[in-house]
Amino acid sequence: MWPKEFDYVRASSVDDAIQQTSDNTDAKILAGGHSLLPAMKLRLSEPGKLVDISRLADLKGISANGTLSIGAMSTHAEIAASADVQQYCASLATACGMVGDHQVRNFGTLGGNIAHADPASDPPTVLVAAGATIHIKRSRGERSVSAEDFFIDLFTTDLEDGEVITRIEVPNLSGHKAAYVKMPHPASRYAIVGVAVILEMDGDTCKSARVAVGGATVSAMRASGAESALSGSSLDDAALNAAASAVQSDISDALMGDVSYPESYRQAMSGVYLKRAVKAALG
Amino acid sequence: MKVSMTVNGKGVERDVEPRMLLVHFLREELDMTGTKIGCDTSQCGACTVHLDGKALKSCTMLAVQADGADITTIEGLANGDLHVMQESFWENHGLQCGYCTPGMIMSTTALVQDNPNMSEGEIRHQLEGNLCRCTGYHNIVKAVQQASEKMGGGD
Ligand SMILES: Cc1cc2nc3c(=O)[nH]c(=O)nc-3n(C[C@H](O)[C@H](O)[C@H](O)COP(=O)(O)OP(=O)(O)OC[C@H]3O[C@@H](n4cnc5c(N)ncnc54)[C@H](O)[C@@H]3O)c2cc1C
Ligand code: FES
Ligand code: FES
Repeated sequence: MWPKEFDYVRASSVDDAIQQTSDNTDAKILAGGHSLLPAMKLRLSEPGKLVDISRLADLKGISANGTLSIGAMSTHAEIAASADVQQYCASLATACGMVGDHQVRNFGTLGGNIAHADPASDPPTVLVAAGATIHIKRSRGERSVSAEDFFIDLFTTDLEDGEVITRIEVPNLSGHKAAYVKMPHPASRYAIVGVAVILEMDGDTCKSARVAVGGATVSAMRASGAESALSGSSLDDAALNAAASAVQSDISDALMGDVSYPESYRQAMSGVYLKRAVKAALG
Repeated sequence: MKVSMTVNGKGVERDVEPRMLLVHFLREELDMTGTKIGCDTSQCGACTVHLDGKALKSCTMLAVQADGADITTIEGLANGDLHVMQESFWENHGLQCGYCTPGMIMSTTALVQDNPNMSEGEIRHQLEGNLCRCTGYHNIVKAVQQASEKMGGGD
């Protein structure tokens, strides 16, 4: 399949990419191409110009210095294998390691994944639970937005034309118990339901909890009812059952479904996968 | 637009449309039809090649993106003798119609180079990016297991 004709340019810098996409609303950023090209081949997307940012060194690299900083062009494979990511936010490494297959992980990037905002993606769910910050550059300067506010709806984010995600910042969660679990679609491997939990423990008591859900919902979102049900509990069966029913109400207005996996099924599974996530976090 | 890259050790240069996919570049510009197109939707892995040593679904990259890259296709894997992975697919009858085989071999050589100690379960899991409509995978898994033992860390 051939995409519709377009012009192709290689950005010489992040500012150049910003300029090339601000001047022309028909232009799109090209990172790994692993979401954009399939959409273009199906003619679901027909940009007139692609601005390739994949060779910009400024957008690469992962560093850990108090917080974790992940360049937007980092591939899923690089993130999954990074010792820094494993130390600061192991569940993000897990989620990136579950994306698609090894070929996709070699070329798909975190920046492209979150900009695309497929509701069935994995990393957004962990970024929302982890309280990550998305750093964005534009012609008027830089801005940052929390992951929670970044993901708005199906394939819709806070990102505007002429803006480039430069890096994703994640707090140091090494002292927390965390996990990401997903029910993968049997064919595509995308998440039918994905749940991320981050637990702050004091002995056997859960001092505080952050929970996010994706796959089942139109975008990755916090589940505050489930968080309250877990916080202050000893994570016993009663607390897990309460959290499993709370998560289902938390997401009830944002559910997504299809013929094979309708909304009600995904909603029920969010409770099951929440319990699994807590158990996985506690090891 | 001009692109140049190294394909199976040989420098090539062509003037192509930006929308030409790498798989079309290989098959139509270079007449190297070993690399197959199965699904054309990034799912089946029949089009897998190596770009700078990494397994890539070549239907999911533009030829212009690969400018300057070092590409290996199924035609370039054998070095006089068949590659260990090719030999193992042969010996274990890891194919029937053979359509998925070039992609299977390119995908699994990259996997085994990265980790020559995969368990049977890990091999099955890591094959998730490659679909075969014929074999039922058992003999493919056996072939990869045999090749892993022989490759022991690199080829
Ligand atoms: C077969 C297959 C299976 C997959 N399975 C999964 C899965 O299980 N889970 C999952 O989470 N994902 C999955 N993916 C998607 C994968 O994660 C993609 O690689 C990723 O979503 C896109 O990253 P990219 O670098 O390829 O972006 P591209 O395709 O290059 O770009 C995607 C979009 O983001 C924009 N963009 C890219 N980078 C930036 C930036 N820095 N700033 C601003 N805008 C930007 C582009 O303009 C475009 O609109 C799968 C993909 C395939 C092909
Ligand atoms: S043809 Fe490329 S993945 Fe199927
Ligand atoms: S041998 Fe026929 S598709 Fe695999």
